[in-house]
Amino acid sequence: MPNKNHQKYWKTNLKYLAILLVIWFVVSYGCGIMFVEELNTIRLGGFKLGFWFAQQGSIYVFTILIFVYIRLMNKLDKKYNLDD
Amino acid sequence: MDWTGGYVLLALLLAPYLRKFGKFTVPDFIGDRYYSNIARTVAVFCALIVSFTYVAGQMRGVGLVFSRFLEVDINTGVIIGMIIVLFYAVLGGMKGITYTQVAQYCVLIFAFMVPAIFISIQMTGNAIPQIGFGGTDVNGIYLLDKLDNLHRDLGFAEYTSGSKSKLDVFFITAALMVGTAGLPHVIVRFFTVKKVSDARKSAGWALLFIAILYTTAPAIAVFARTNMIETVSNKEYENVPEWFHKWEETELISFNDKNSDGRIQYTGDAEINELTIDKDIMVLANPEIADLPNWVIALVAAGGLAAALSTAAGLLLVISASVSHDLIKKMIKPSISEKGELVAARLSAVAAVCVAGYFGINPPDFVAATVALAFGLAAASFFPAIILGIFNKRMNKEGAIAGMVVGIISMLFYMLKFKFDWFGGGTKEDWWFGISPEGFGTVAMIINFVVSLVISKFTPAPPKEVQEIVENIRIPSEAGKATH
Repeated sequence: MPNKNHQKYWKTNLKYLAILLVIWFVVSYGCGIMFVEELNTIRLGGFKLGFWFAQQGSIYVFTILIFVYIRLMNKLDKKYNLDD
Repeated sequence: MDWTGGYVLLALLLAPYLRKFGKFTVPDFIGDRYYSNIARTVAVFCALIVSFTYVAGQMRGVGLVFSRFLEVDINTGVIIGMIIVLFYAVLGGMKGITYTQVAQYCVLIFAFMVPAIFISIQMTGNAIPQIGFGGTDVNGIYLLDKLDNLHRDLGFAEYTSGSKSKLDVFFITAALMVGTAGLPHVIVRFFTVKKVSDARKSAGWALLFIAILYTTAPAIAVFARTNMIETVSNKEYENVPEWFHKWEETELISFNDKNSDGRIQYTGDAEINELTIDKDIMVLANPEIADLPNWVIALVAAGGLAAALSTAAGLLLVISASVSHDLIKKMIKPSISEKGELVAARLSAVAAVCVAGYFGINPPDFVAATVALAFGLAAASFFPAIILGIFNKRMNKEGAIAGMVVGIISMLFYMLKFKFDWFGGGTKEDWWFGISPEGFGTVAMIINFVVSLVISKFTPAPPKEVQEIVENIRIPSEAGKATH
């Protein structure tokens, strides 16, 4: 049943999703593909930065994003007493 | 990067809700959420097409490893692989596969990391490959600069720049990511966990393991490429190392001495280039090229096999479940006994292996390309239907069915036209907007979304009970055990 608490919970969840997915998009498509040349002018040791993002950085960011989401949602579940 | 980003989509947008829904297969979700057996049938066919395309690529990979390391020809290799995969899937079942997969993953990581670390130390003095390939060689030159220079000298595109158009890379990456999140054999993994929060967590851990492999892979590629060019380019054919000839026997490396000078000219200019190397063998050949001890080479072979076998077995399970559970039990003959369902599952697994083996022996294109197409097909068919099923309460069966049908047909059409020369065929110049068949999955997915949304606007809303199901899967509490 659509109850107030459930709706609030869902809204917050959607907000988290929007923020995390924007980061996901910027890192993977922005840094790794669209602005790769611009970033490649910057160097990080032996790596060109764009190349590094495409082959390394994005994967690290993905992993971090998921674990951040797990944390946020576990907290949210507790707050609304919806943890299983 | 490629498909790893798909795990973010999986953990954030799919896994928790599908787990809460509490069914074991993707067609089950689609059939119930869209209150329609037509939707279920469409989903079953999509699952079969996706899984077959994928498994054909995998069988080729398995055959490749067997052929090289047992020194049999590649077709015998594929057949040995078929028998082993069948053994796995038929005897193991779902639980079995989950456990062997964990074991295989450990083998895989070990097999992948040991040679990578060895070679990294050898070439850069740094034991961590992820850092090593950005390091310097003995002469103090950055390894990546060295490789770029080698590439430029030989007339190839710079290694760190890539040669595909940006738009195409964008579409391919999107298709791989979205496809990952839509692949039935990947999704199934998250149905077996106990709680909704566990579904999120297990996607996180899965990506962590994958990240170890996939941040090492680019390093290995750089080491292998540099080593390979330095070992064979412009060397006398008489004096190339043993591994070169062994791979020649599998026809995955071929040398054609066009100017008959006895030397290997390797260049980006197709006219005078004398060496072709199948991209798929680089990871396998790497330790040999770097002259590592035999046990390391064996380890890599074991790792490669573990990877290909476990995926193939997972796919086989999806295929047999689609046929025995979704098709026969849910639609054709609901009265079938549990034993009958099991027999049907095994028979369909056998049939699936034979078909996969056929494609493994007569491959349409090299492994990675076939697998990439499977991702495109998954992106074009399932992903929109599942996402809309969760996030759009108003989405009805008419919209979802039309979307899936149009999505998968447009993807199939593009793939058959440009990969298999049907419908008049076509070359790279004829690609729509310069998008390759591998990237077209993204376009087909967008078409699917648009068709679904438009059609659902003009057709009746789903029944009240279905809307309540949607409310319910958005809330993690009170998830029962997954049922059939």
